[in-house]
Amino acid sequence: MSTTNWNLEPSLESTAVVQLKDQYELFINGQWQAPKAKKYFATINPSDESHLSNIAWATEADVDLAVKAARNAYENVWSKLSGAERGKYLFRIARLMQEKARELAVLETLDGGKPIKESRDIDIPLACNHFFYYAGWADKLQEAFAGQQIESLGVAGQITPWNFPLLMLAWKIAPALACGNTVVLKPAETTSLTALKFAEICQEAGLPAGVVNIITGYGDTGAALVVHPDVNKIAFTGSTAVGKQIQKACIGTDKKLTLELGGKSANIILEDAAVDQAVEGVINAIFYNQGHVCCAGSRLYVQESISAQVIEKLKFRLQSIYVGNPLDKNTDIGAINSKKQLETIEKYISLGREEGAEIYQPACQLPSKGYYCLPTLFTDVAQSARIAQEEIFGPVLAIQTFRTIDEVLQKANNSPYGLAAGVWTDKGARIFGLSSQLRAGVVWANTYNKFDPASPFGGYKESGFGREGGVHGLSAYLKITN
Amino acid sequence: MEILKTYKLYIGGQFTRTESGRSYQIQSASGQAIANACLGSKKDIRNAVQAARKAQASWAAKSAFNRSQIIYRIAEMLETRKGQFIEELVLLGHSNPAAVAEVQSSIDRCIYYAGWADKYQALSSSVNPVSSPHFNFSVPEPMGVIGMVTCQETALIGLISQILPLIVGGNSVVVIANTTKALCAISFAEVLATSDVPGGVVNILTGEVAEMLPTLAGHMDVNALSLAKIEDHLSRNAQEAAVDNLKRCQLYNLDYFDSKNQGLHFITDFQEIKTTWHPIEQIAGGAAGY
Amino acid sequence: MQPKYTPQELLVRLKSAPPIDQIGTHERISKIQSRSLKGPAKLHGLRLALSMIDLTTLEGKDTPSKVRQLCIKAQHLHGINPDLPKVAAVCVYPTMVGVAKKALENSTIKVAAVSTAFPSGQAPFEVKKLDTLYALEHGADEIDMVISRGHFLAGEYNYVFDEIAAIKALCGSARLKVIFETAELDSLDQVRRISDLAIAAGANFIKTSTGKIQPAATFPVVLTMLGAIKDHFDKTGQMIGMKPAGGISSAKIALQHLLLVKEVLGEAWLTNEWYRFGASSLANDLLMQYQKQLTGKYQSAAYFSID
Repeated sequence: MSTTNWNLEPSLESTAVVQLKDQYELFINGQWQAPKAKKYFATINPSDESHLSNIAWATEADVDLAVKAARNAYENVWSKLSGAERGKYLFRIARLMQEKARELAVLETLDGGKPIKESRDIDIPLACNHFFYYAGWADKLQEAFAGQQIESLGVAGQITPWNFPLLMLAWKIAPALACGNTVVLKPAETTSLTALKFAEICQEAGLPAGVVNIITGYGDTGAALVVHPDVNKIAFTGSTAVGKQIQKACIGTDKKLTLELGGKSANIILEDAAVDQAVEGVINAIFYNQGHVCCAGSRLYVQESISAQVIEKLKFRLQSIYVGNPLDKNTDIGAINSKKQLETIEKYISLGREEGAEIYQPACQLPSKGYYCLPTLFTDVAQSARIAQEEIFGPVLAIQTFRTIDEVLQKANNSPYGLAAGVWTDKGARIFGLSSQLRAGVVWANTYNKFDPASPFGGYKESGFGREGGVHGLSAYLKITN
Repeated sequence: MEILKTYKLYIGGQFTRTESGRSYQIQSASGQAIANACLGSKKDIRNAVQAARKAQASWAAKSAFNRSQIIYRIAEMLETRKGQFIEELVLLGHSNPAAVAEVQSSIDRCIYYAGWADKYQALSSSVNPVSSPHFNFSVPEPMGVIGMVTCQETALIGLISQILPLIVGGNSVVVIANTTKALCAISFAEVLATSDVPGGVVNILTGEVAEMLPTLAGHMDVNALSLAKIEDHLSRNAQEAAVDNLKRCQLYNLDYFDSKNQGLHFITDFQEIKTTWHPIEQIAGGAAGY
Repeated sequence: MQPKYTPQELLVRLKSAPPIDQIGTHERISKIQSRSLKGPAKLHGLRLALSMIDLTTLEGKDTPSKVRQLCIKAQHLHGINPDLPKVAAVCVYPTMVGVAKKALENSTIKVAAVSTAFPSGQAPFEVKKLDTLYALEHGADEIDMVISRGHFLAGEYNYVFDEIAAIKALCGSARLKVIFETAELDSLDQVRRISDLAIAAGANFIKTSTGKIQPAATFPVVLTMLGAIKDHFDKTGQMIGMKPAGGISSAKIALQHLLLVKEVLGEAWLTNEWYRFGASSLANDLLMQYQKQLTGKYQSAAYFSID
């Protein structure tokens, strides 16, 4: 029988589970409050550019209210609760998140453009798990720092990015609350909706007013939070450029700071690697979440003896990647988060061509509306090329070849960043040799882009400082003395 | 007539004069000239950072046990030069008992940190029980080259308390010593030079903080700063310069005579945490895990 | 028989195969398993799967009568859906080849015979040869031979290679499927090694299992074999067929296998010339799901004949 073109039909996730409001206010002191300046901004669905809702734009006055609420909750309620009681609230929040998992997943996909299968299978479960994980730490903090004195910090100002909106919220809020701090969190302006849904969950969980405050807005809102004198801690995930501004702004204050910033992570395939699994690992490293991943394996180094084979396999693999409507359960690469980001990525793709690298993109029809980008491979890339040095934050892979292990180690470390690295080889001794010499906070050996609440995450060098996740993630929210 | 000792810089394991050819006078508490010390320059900082970078990887690659032995050796060499340090401290205006106490505390601190060299890893590492079939562990690694301004109040105990936890952890350091009490810093360099610490792991410069710190803080190949209490504007400018390559900055204003101000976190303040993942094959149908 | 390779040459060839990472293999599979098939795409997949079945009976108690019933089912899968595709082949013991051949004489359905002392392969080579010749003389279109697992695990690769090559030489125009019985092999690396060996020795198809030992056609094993087929094709341009057999009893699993083929090998393999399911009960589940797609109603087994 004829077998040509067995195409998968669209298999759309229902959006019935989500009820959007026309307008969202600020969540301050346990209540929804209109912004003082009465300003709102639109949030859109990047997959079709449709308007989703209007979101309150917090200014300095709102930030001040939120910090005051957090301070009040810290002094009078939260710091007086036992760790065990704090933990119970976190467990309850985790359960409520699980119960609303599908709603959160659909909301995340609508607002941010990521494939439903990723928000459903990765983002939301990991976010729930993060609360479960830190809930259990709340009454065991002293055990984690035996022989040392620990204290909560006070009010934590937290700024999250648009690539993993709810997951990054969980990475920030769960340890902060477990350690006894209260929180003012500002989500990224293009992806506020799950944070606002999370505020509803806090209400439903009966979390005392002011312990978690969500203030929405643009960079100016975040800046007001960073410079607020009554904030004791700043946690930021985002670009290195903004991270540096924040580091500067915190000088001369007692604010404790953790930064999780950009990257240009090297993914290294040695000639003895399990090639097919390595190829799949490369796909996962660079095309996961449209490449909007700070630790994306955006620099691929392949040993010359197998480079032709690996590149052919990558090209073939790209043919079965589905790019399109993020709500389609078969979509592998969804929408680019914003028009601005799409323009940035396209700029780099043109730059790659100009720099003389060879480009490969699969034949694939993109939706006519919305922000989409084809998965893109650049081969014959030089270490000096900007596409091999600068963070693109999109589905664009710069492929280089190497001859010896010494050479690739030097090239991998030859970057201002140091967030993550990947190593693919069948030789155990070599894995430890390489992974201990790679200057990166996370090394994935024979795997890539794995995350877990128990696993500390964070960078070396200009990729930031401090760790999120695991026992090491606690230090970011505690004052530790002898 | 007494011979006045010329105190040189200690860079890359060598006692060198400043490339700027300048010096300044160190005076006793009573205002008498005791010695001439080098007035370090920006280029000296540059040379010191180069030396520190060159030395760091192989220092970190030494076995932890070996680093412990070497640091214990520092304590032994301090002990043999006890008299010299006491004499210098007295010259700088300390009472004899105070000088004896400071030297003794300094030796004790060396021994304290020597013992940590092969233990802090165990206490700051973790095996993380991830949900997927992966072995996942986190270990501390040295940050690299650390720039330092040492305690300006004390001559010896502050210097040792700041340097040792960093080198115990496999870092190399470029130290701007206490300006007015530089004697002990350079004598300490002589101790280092005779106690198996590889050249370049500790580099000690004397001179004006205001002149050298901006270069050190702005140096793109320095990974972190350890700053004792110094004038506000100097500290602030240094931290601003540090932002360019996102240096980790630790500010200390501690009474180092108090043994509370020694501890594990002074080591981990200058450690990065690296997390490594590797798949675990499932054998005999069993789910493997740690 | 003339071996194509010296032991040393064969070893070098086998060792040049890439290692297989088990966890990475699982992850690739779970990506495929999360694909969603709806509407016409699902119908198409179900029809495709039906057309790829080697409808199988391999029991000690098989009789001519049982085999004839199976052959009728093969031609008439479901009476009320006459436009359904027919299965690709029936698969029987050599003693039943004549019966099956006669029962299918007016159809395009092939007759496949298991051979070489199926399922254990524990017989002298001369016996295996006679076993195969018997099936061929009675008209078998396809030979499903088993490898000598004991020799393979003992590292006697040339023995296994020569055996396959010799059976292939007997086959003439009949297509040779080589059964690995992967449940008796040690690891995915072994699966890859035997795949490369069998392809080099002349297999037209590589096949996972006899169906007598569990686990049979697991996804990791199948994906590993598909990888060997793909690499061989990339190197030589020659297509090799794939036959998972044993344990594939539901439409859902069959469709996932087809999606695996589509993504790993490409659509050229999505025909019964290059892909088969060795199965006995799969056909009815495919039919039930097909009917469900047509009517929107979940089906009862009582409405589907059990031959």
